[in-house]
Amino acid sequence: MDLGPHAAFILGAYGFTALVILGLVAHALLDRRAQERALARLAQEPRKQESSRGRR
Amino acid sequence: MKPMMPMGRLTRLAQPGHFMRWSGALLPWVAGLALVLLAVGQYLTWFVAPPDYQQGETVRIMYIHVPAAWMAVFFYGAMAVSALGTLIWRHPLADVAQRAAAPIGAAFTLICLVTGSLWGKPMWGTYWVWDARLTSMLVLFLIYCGLLALWRTIEDPNRAARAVAILTLVGAVNLPIIKFSVNWWSTLHQPASILRMGGPTIHPTMLYPLLVMIAAASVLGIALHLQAMRTEILRRRVRTLAILEAERLDAALLAPQAA
Repeated sequence: MDLGPHAAFILGAYGFTALVILGLVAHALLDRRAQERALARLAQEPRKQESSRGRR
Repeated sequence: MKPMMPMGRLTRLAQPGHFMRWSGALLPWVAGLALVLLAVGQYLTWFVAPPDYQQGETVRIMYIHVPAAWMAVFFYGAMAVSALGTLIWRHPLADVAQRAAAPIGAAFTLICLVTGSLWGKPMWGTYWVWDARLTSMLVLFLIYCGLLALWRTIEDPNRAARAVAILTLVGAVNLPIIKFSVNWWSTLHQPASILRMGGPTIHPTMLYPLLVMIAAASVLGIALHLQAMRTEILRRRVRTLAILEAERLDAALLAPQAA
């Protein structure tokens, strides 16, 4: 497809949009994973300490 | 009592626990629909929609610029409604919805500004003019950035929620200015061509691909918003658990001293 003399502007606009959308999706997935890990760590913390106290 | 039923059901669905359940089941379907609509929209944009008789191929920027502009305004509108939910009903999910919408709205506003600029250079001969439409969109982007900064500045989420809600409602005055700027002032930006009295002025061969892209952006935005709301609820659970854990550790440290 010939995009004519302004191809760089058209492709630049689509490229920038793709970059931002992919960034939003990646951020959504990574942020979700980070919160799930933090939640799992905090849920395990009291159990870990109780078991170490029990050993003592 | 019967007319109250839908409101009661709505309130129940908006409880964080219920929300996590139904949104978790709905999210894969919404994300899948967004992908399908994006694929169809891109096919129509590149292989069906004709070049414009004046603008040539450059008109293809419209199929991302207009949906981005719509989403920028839509998310701010959603945030304004959520702000009312925070201030009037103090609903916990209202602030979550607002917090989750802000970065997505800001991203779409940035896309709108950059694609508009890249469309403007070959068509108007300039990347930027300080006309009413462009300036009011830039103001919207700055408001989004200001709200995100305010959330980070105030540590207590409840105080942050109220301050952000008030600022969001103040900023909502910009929405009608954006919409009607092209009618109220003489601008380089073209007037409305879809939502206008007398119907759209775009030829159907361009209108339908544009409507599909607007639908695709809307569904994608909703999918991102649902995901961000679910993550925000988790973040607040993490914060609560971290505070409880810190208090428990403090108590454990103080207990032997007291004995």
